[in-house]
Amino acid sequence: MKWNIDSERPVYIQLVEQIQAGIISGFFKPGDKLPSVRDFAANAGVNPNTMQRALTELERNGLLYTNRTSGRYITSDLKMIKELKRQSAKDITVGFLEKMKQLGFKEEESLEIVINIVKEMKK
Amino acid sequence: MNPILECQSVTKKYTGFTALSDVNLTLERGRIIGLLGPNGSGKTTLLKLINNLLVPDSGKIYIAGINPGMETKKIISYLPEKTYLADWMSVEQAIKFFQDFYEDFDSKKANAMLADLEIDPKSKLKTLSKGTKEKVQLILVMSRQAELYCLDEPIGGVDPASRDYILNTIISNYRENATVLISTHLIADIEKILDEVVFLKQGSVFLHSSVDDVRIQEGKSIDSLFREVFKC
Repeated sequence: MKWNIDSERPVYIQLVEQIQAGIISGFFKPGDKLPSVRDFAANAGVNPNTMQRALTELERNGLLYTNRTSGRYITSDLKMIKELKRQSAKDITVGFLEKMKQLGFKEEESLEIVINIVKEMKK
Repeated sequence: MNPILECQSVTKKYTGFTALSDVNLTLERGRIIGLLGPNGSGKTTLLKLINNLLVPDSGKIYIAGINPGMETKKIISYLPEKTYLADWMSVEQAIKFFQDFYEDFDSKKANAMLADLEIDPKSKLKTLSKGTKEKVQLILVMSRQAELYCLDEPIGGVDPASRDYILNTIISNYRENATVLISTHLIADIEKILDEVVFLKQGSVFLHSSVDDVRIQEGKSIDSLFREVFKC
């Protein structure tokens, strides 16, 4: 997995976001086993304690679960992954609309721009 | 378990100059901690006090509950700012030297790291470049199974690619109960692997906090905060 961690924001939050993105994109498949905290941390180039904190967070919201004897897994709950994907699409769209607003476009205008660009790309 | 390091109002003066003044600091086990501060803020003095190379003028220092001395040297692995290995030694001999000296030294680990960094164990230390010599010393220090690692400017002379390898070595080598205390100016390079940060300012502790807490509260990186706090 390709990590992209900057130092401006809390590292554990960025780990949570990027693991979530990995689950949405299918890099991590439902039911996949995760590497050990130490290996996972070394892979991301972060502190194991920070990785632990991120994984605990993901466990709390149900995307990961721990089997006491055999390790940590991605949820097999497809509905939950679908919901995560929907939420993520919403966040991106809201962010996009906010940026367009700063440029002076109303929502309807932004929508029109998007439709036109999609048409052009199809040509 | 008691904290790995406790400093109670530690003061250290050199002739006409106070290097550390009333330092109170407690470091827990299992953390990677950055010891940061501008030149002359007391970082090296603090590390030397922890390693019993200096004695405080007043105040107390406890390493795992005991005063610095022979017993604490067994559990602290120290990388000083200057090299102390004899120039005529080969890398191999330096490894042997450490093995004789420290019960907790793991020569298998040291040799694996040398191979990863493509350093020939047969080469003499004096023929090595400054950066390679630094790598060898860091390998020796990190190959001990210590409870506290004190690294004084460990990556200053090392190229960026090897820096990544070394930081990875620190992450993957330290055990759950070991604490790593790193003094450095290369904050941007190391801040991703830190749990906590200690800012020293003119011989006093200015800040001791979790790095992610700093990022949440200040909305900026440790590197940016440092530049702001110590602006000239």
